This record gives sequence, C-alpha cells and structure tokens, in this order.
Amino acid sequence: MTELYSATHAVKFVEKKKPGYPLTRRQLLAQGLGLGGSFLVGSGFLAASSATWAMEVKALQPGTMATLVQMARDIYPHDKFGDELYAIAVQGHDEKATEDAEFKQMMEEGVSNLDSLAVAAGQPSYLDTGWESDRVAILRSIEQDGFFQTMRGGLVVSLYNQPTVWSLLGYEGSSYEKGGYLERGFDDVNWL
Amino acid sequence: MTAPYDLNDNSVVVIIGTGAGGGTLANELAQKGIDVVALEAGARHLPADYLNDEWASFSQLAWTDMRTTSGDWRVAKDFANLPAWIVKAVGGSTVHWAGASLRVQDHEFRAKSHYGEVEGANLLDWPLTLQDLEPYYDLAEKKMGVTRTNGIPGLPGNNNFKVMKAGADKLGYEDCHTGRMAINSEPRDGRASCRQLGFCFQGCKMGAKWSTAYTEIPKGEATGKLEVRASAHVQTIEHDDSGTVIAVVYIDADGNEQKQAARAVCVAGNSIESPRLLLNSASSMFPDGLANSSGQVGRNYMRHMTGSVFAAFENPVNMYRGTTMAGVITDESKHDPSRGFVGGYELETLALGVPFMAAFLNPGGWGREFSAAMDTYDHMAGLWIVGEDMPQETNAITLSDEKDQFGLPAPNVHFDDHPNDIAMRNHAYKQAMALYDSVGATQTHPTPPYPSTHNLGTNRMSAKASDGVVNAFGQSHDIRNLFVSDGSQFTTGGAENPTLTIVSLAIRQADYIAEQMSAKEI
Repeated sequence: MTELYSATHAVKFVEKKKPGYPLTRRQLLAQGLGLGGSFLVGSGFLAASSATWAMEVKALQPGTMATLVQMARDIYPHDKFGDELYAIAVQGHDEKATEDAEFKQMMEEGVSNLDSLAVAAGQPSYLDTGWESDRVAILRSIEQDGFFQTMRGGLVVSLYNQPTVWSLLGYEGSSYEKGGYLERGFDDVNWL
Repeated sequence: MTAPYDLNDNSVVVIIGTGAGGGTLANELAQKGIDVVALEAGARHLPADYLNDEWASFSQLAWTDMRTTSGDWRVAKDFANLPAWIVKAVGGSTVHWAGASLRVQDHEFRAKSHYGEVEGANLLDWPLTLQDLEPYYDLAEKKMGVTRTNGIPGLPGNNNFKVMKAGADKLGYEDCHTGRMAINSEPRDGRASCRQLGFCFQGCKMGAKWSTAYTEIPKGEATGKLEVRASAHVQTIEHDDSGTVIAVVYIDADGNEQKQAARAVCVAGNSIESPRLLLNSASSMFPDGLANSSGQVGRNYMRHMTGSVFAAFENPVNMYRGTTMAGVITDESKHDPSRGFVGGYELETLALGVPFMAAFLNPGGWGREFSAAMDTYDHMAGLWIVGEDMPQETNAITLSDEKDQFGLPAPNVHFDDHPNDIAMRNHAYKQAMALYDSVGATQTHPTPPYPSTHNLGTNRMSAKASDGVVNAFGQSHDIRNLFVSDGSQFTTGGAENPTLTIVSLAIRQADYIAEQMSAKEI
C-alpha cells in the first residue's frame, strides 16, 4: 500500500509540463527526433506521434518512459483512453526516480529486461511488439517480479485517480457543491 | 466550554479513543457529571473538512500506522500493511461508517448453546441477553436517529437499491428495504437531512449521518465535564502495586510524552489497538499484558464474513449516486444449518467510486478482463455481504517484530478463514449473483473481502474470568477500574453491522461506571 499512497500524487505532475507544449508534429520533427511507433522520443521528453501531447522526462531515459506508457496500457487496457492518461499515470515514476536512485535503477533495468524478453521472442523490442497478446505474454512471465508489482501497484491508483478517467467511465464524483444527487438522478433507473 | 484537567488529577475517568464506544461513553459520563479526559490518537476533522474524493479522504482519515498481517486471508497478500480500513480522527470510525444500525438477534447472543459445538471455533455465549440490552438499543436508536425506529421515516431508495430490490423480489426475499440507518431522512437533532451525496465512507459533509465527531463529543464538551485531547497517542497504561490502574502514558500533539492520572481507564481504540495497548502495557506484575489472566487478550479476532458482488447490466445504474449503503436484505440472517453453515448474513448495497473500485474489485488483477469490468462502471450495481464469522483462538492480534513511529511494537493481525466462513461466503456469493442475474446482469464479479471495517472480539466478554477478558459490563475480570468500551468486547460477531451494539453497550457501561463510582467500588 505504500506504493499506492505515493502514487496518489502522480496526477498532479501533469501541471508541470513545460510551457509551450504540445508542440506541433512539424516542430517535433524539426528537432530531429526519432520516430518510435506511437511515441516521439526526444532528449528529455516524450511526445505523442500525433503531437497532441508531450511530457517532460527528468530522470528516466525518454525511451524508458515510452515503454512504461505502453506497459501501463497493456496492464489496464482501455481503448477509449488516450495515451496521455497513461503518460500521466506513470509520470510519478519519473518524479520518484529523480530522488530515488534504487527506484530509477529498477525502472531502467525492468524496461531493459522487457526488451530482452521481446528480443528472445523474436521481436525488435517491447514497444515494437505488434500484438497486445504478445506483449501481455511477456508481462505475464514477470508478473511476480518487484518491477511489475511496483508498476501495477502504483498504476491502479495513478491511472484511476484521474478526473478525466472518471468522466470516461461515467463516474461523476463529488456532488456536495451541486447539492448532492438528490435532485440529480440518484433514483433515475427506469429500465427495471 | 471544554474542561481542561490537570495531568495529576486522579479523579478523572480516562477514555482512550473517541469512536462509537469511546465517544458515546465520554458524553454519557459527562452528562452524569463525571469528569472525563478522552485521549484521541487522531486529529479533529469536521464535516467542512471532509473530502469527497476517495484517495484524498483516505489520506486524511485512515489509520495507516505500521501494522503487519499473517494468515490465509487474501488481505494479507494484497494489503499486507493495511489489515483494517478504519479511521484515525476524533470520532473514530463513526466518521467512515455507512450508518447501518441493526440489532444483534436474540439467538446470536447465545451462539454456543444455539449453534452447538463447531469444530475449530471458540464459540461462547455472551454474558448478557438481548433482553438485557433492549432498553439500551432503544436509547441508542433514539440518540442516533435510526430510520424505521421512533417514527423516523426510511430513506428513499437510490439506483443501487432499486436494482437490489428488484432482484430480491424475483428471488422471493421478503425483508428488503432501505435499512435502519443512522442517517437523517429529515432534519433532526440540529443536523441536516441526507442529500444523497454518495460519500458516506469519506465523512458526511451534510452531517446527516450520525458520528460521535459532531454529536456526542460536542454535547459532552458542552457540559464542561469532558476534555478531548486530539493527536494524543496512547502508549501504555500504568498500574500501582495493588494492581489498580492509575495513569495513561501518551505522546501529545507536539511529540512530548505525557502522563495523565486516572481514577478509571476505559479502552476504546478498536479491536486492533485495544488489545495491542493491553499487551504493550505488560509489567512484572502482569507479564502477559494487562487484563490477560485468561490469555484471551488479542484472541478470537473477528472481522465478519464479508465479500461483495458487483454486477454489470445493459443499461446504466450509476450506483455511486446517493447513500453508500442504501438498503438491506435480512432474509439470510437467520440461523438455518440446512444451508451448510451456522449463523447468517445480511446483504447490503454498497457502492465504490472509480478509484476504490479499481483498488478493490480484484486486488492484483490486471489485463483485459479487469479493464473490461472497469469499463462497465456506470452500468454496475453492487452489494456487500456481512455475516457472522467464527471466533478462533488462533485468529489474533499479537505484537509484531515491526515497530510503530514511536518505537513500540506494532500489531500483527493474523486471520485464517474458518470452514464455516468459507461455506457462508460461497452461499452468499451464489445468492447475490443469482439476485443480479434475475434482473438481467450481463456479468457478475464475486469480489474478495476488503481490509476489515468490522474488527471485533479481541477482548471478549465472558461470564467466567477464564473464558474472556471482561464481564458483561466491559469491566476487566482482573482489574476493577479498567474497562473495554469498543467492539473488542463482542463475545461473538452476529450478522449485523456492529456500531449500534457498540453504542448500546457504551450507554449501559456508563450507567454501570457511575454506579460503581457512587458505591466507591472504583
């Protein structure tokens, strides 16, 4: 649960994006970035290939963050969630890595291990493994490991504790400031 | 108006904890003119401070001090350092509770003689009967404003209730209604009525739900006979050479050690902290801990047989709108061994927000099956199963090798399910899934127990001193001026949410303490 508590703060870090983001795809390409599937990986940041969002990466390798974002989606795959929500969900890991060298090493080695397992399975890398089922097979093989447990334990809080996620799942949350649900549908089921 | 008492004033009754037991007892004694110092480990939070955001509220209110776990219960694996989901604040877990107020049934007070021997269970009859407690149940229901008692109307049913009620009707259940709830269905006792906020577990921002934090405690303080010291973390209870308790040692809000003298001490820190405190207070005179000549302190830990079933439907439910526990089915609370187990259980609606649904639906679960279930969130209905679990001597609070923030041994909570618990849970899962299937569920999720909210039995009442820790008034068999005033007194658990019974016992205990003081017995 300790991991859960620390992860609750992860969602706040989205406000720490560098001013000026999101950049346009042209601007990103102009900076000479490598293309990596869904993500553009630059020095010190990670962005969507569509350039709809970008995030600063402080401690981890940007490529590591890209893999963590994909891993996050593979752990809790919601096809109606954009990558940004998964990026926000793992941003706390980068924050933690700035002050915790052991944690940083766990993340870097964990991702490196994911890539090794992907290569052993005949894939170029974890990120470049095309089918979700093939990536999930890799994750199943490490689900008892500390790296996976740390990722999942933090993610179950940091992904599902985002107001945007609440809206996407149809959860309206706090109602006090609107006078509660008493006159706002608390008993509106009419299909029984 | 609060009365500041001197640390050396040994005329005061010291109460440790301000929840359902301690908070009620504090007010009852103060109303009788008895001087009370209540020591509360948590801070004071009131409705204006409560946060209608599950994780933020958890950080604000939950007891997250170091605890360890062992045993075959799944909580030990998934929430190894969070065996219980209870509150550290003035008002204790009455800030968090959902308000369900059911009386323990007559036969449940006589579990051993009514059920007979159950292998592996340490069953015992309570040293008091329903008849003994009935006048106090009456007082408690009036005090707490329980709906469907004293002419108070029931709460309206929300969406989650409507789904459960439709299923209950299909299954032929006869006793399904919106509950006996300590939540105002109309303004009462200076508190507003329920606006169906949907955050009962996070502290009621309307103040519509009864909590000692804003009922008993301020009423007691208004007498000038009650001083509540918040953020006062009790370490040990001290005694003299005659074996009478004389003082309580605590760490105050500034981190300084203090010692409050006492005429009597009442322990009400919930069923994990109360036995831990007695064990941590061991001395050369009481090497096994205070009040522990029976060896039963910390043993017979019960947490109710629990579990949940969430079900998805084609159409929206929006179960989170409105009261968390919006209704109850009591048909299964009878004792009917033909079902394959002794004792019974209640089915009560329960809703979680998205953050806690993710944490509790299937702890450790991941992948498409998990996220597909989460994708149906707003089409889900849900209920909680709460039934009688078997007391077992080996289910126990003991002192862990781990230390808390003050360097004292942390509690370890050991729990193994009894076969009766498992049989009852499986029966309840089957019934609840059939209930939702009967109204068109497309998927049902039998969800494992959460960290415990009903912690009971670790300082149990007994007629004989060799069988338990306290007598029928919560008074230690060993030490005359030492009392237990919380759910740890419960001899057995019953099928009912325990708060109403804890409050009733506290009112009864207050009468007894006052008599004993008048008679100079303590």
